[in-house]
Amino acid sequence: MRITQGTFSFLPDLSDDQIARQIDHALAQGWAVSLEYTDDPHPRNTYWEMWGMPMFDLKDAAGVLVELRECRKAHADCYIKLNAFDSTRGFETMRLSFMVHRPRQEARYRLRREEGAGRLIHYTLERA
Amino acid sequence: MSRTFDLRSLLEESGVGAVLDELDRELVGLAPVKLRIREIASLLVVDKARAELGVAVAKPSLHMCFTGNPGTGKTTVAMRMATILHRLGNVRKGHLVAVTRDDLVGQYIGHTAPKTKEVLKRAMGGVLFIDEAYYLYRPENERDYGQEAIEILMQVMENQRDDLVVIFAGYKGRMDTFFQSNPGLGSRVAHHIDFPDYTVDELEAIATSMVGSLGLNLSGPARQALGEYLSLRREQPNFANARSLRNALDRARLRQARRLLETGSVDAAMLTTLEAEDIRASRVFDAVRAPAASEEATC
Repeated sequence: MRITQGTFSFLPDLSDDQIARQIDHALAQGWAVSLEYTDDPHPRNTYWEMWGMPMFDLKDAAGVLVELRECRKAHADCYIKLNAFDSTRGFETMRLSFMVHRPRQEARYRLRREEGAGRLIHYTLERA
Repeated sequence: MSRTFDLRSLLEESGVGAVLDELDRELVGLAPVKLRIREIASLLVVDKARAELGVAVAKPSLHMCFTGNPGTGKTTVAMRMATILHRLGNVRKGHLVAVTRDDLVGQYIGHTAPKTKEVLKRAMGGVLFIDEAYYLYRPENERDYGQEAIEILMQVMENQRDDLVVIFAGYKGRMDTFFQSNPGLGSRVAHHIDFPDYTVDELEAIATSMVGSLGLNLSGPARQALGEYLSLRREQPNFANARSLRNALDRARLRQARRLLETGSVDAAMLTTLEAEDIRASRVFDAVRAPAASEEATC
């Protein structure tokens, strides 16, 4: 099953050129770009590992791509996403976040039903 | 059918011509530097034409080394260089990141590599200007982390030539030793440009434009005094060309301000004119007035 999270995730995977142009756009807006990776892409897992510090003061996508290549090399079997943080007062949040790498073997989840009191049913997403 | 190229109009289109003219107009002297920059710009334009014809062009290595005494305009030219390379499409963003040893080399083991990479990432798409680059290499301490920074630099200079241009700057003699002890680095730097010292005439021309940009002007006698000042100051140690000149003018402004306050009431002409006495009060003239006192450090 294809994991869909963040922007563009229903599109085919972006090529490095397309990623570079997205990064250039983010940098042109003055957003700080950072990379995060995880082996647990459960939608409720908001805490992904940081790959280094957020990259402030960059002017060009090449700098981010260097890090992305290194992260892919080190964590080929993880999901990697790219975040662009807007520090403008009032926003102070991610403005753009999309996956830039997924493992060859995608993580699988299954839906578990659990009967509760009465006719109540709990649904849980569980790693298959 | 053979196509013809109007290289001149290609140069005009890129807007480099304007930058080169500006360089000629605004920077006094530096003939060999301007010539070399023109050559580099021409090469890039010709390469562009070749590429349009479909001839395979190896991307030229553009890493440079600027050598010269202090105050000869290395940083200023580096900034222009970034603009020129940007207009020619050789760097994508055209910004300049100026660093020294402190920005590249860490304080403990494992600190250097991330620091250097950080700087390199910031400089990508533009020009990295390393001032006093010879401090990176400290032969007297074999465990110095500078070597690590040099190795990372070399790797990026070689592998990511499209992404950034590195300009080293420093004094001639020390840069030569630096490249001799790091031959790998020296061979990756294609353009060695030497910045000559300014002559007194050139310094006077610079003074005129500096004073003009401060909204001041020099009176006739002041101009003459400045000429004498410069000939004397050049002979003294620690002369830093245009930088010394700027400092001298700053001090002259201080003296002028004091003089004007003592005068009491002034008119517009007095407010904007530096007089000979403002310049002659400098300690540089002490040596002429009393040759015995010349031991004292002057400024």
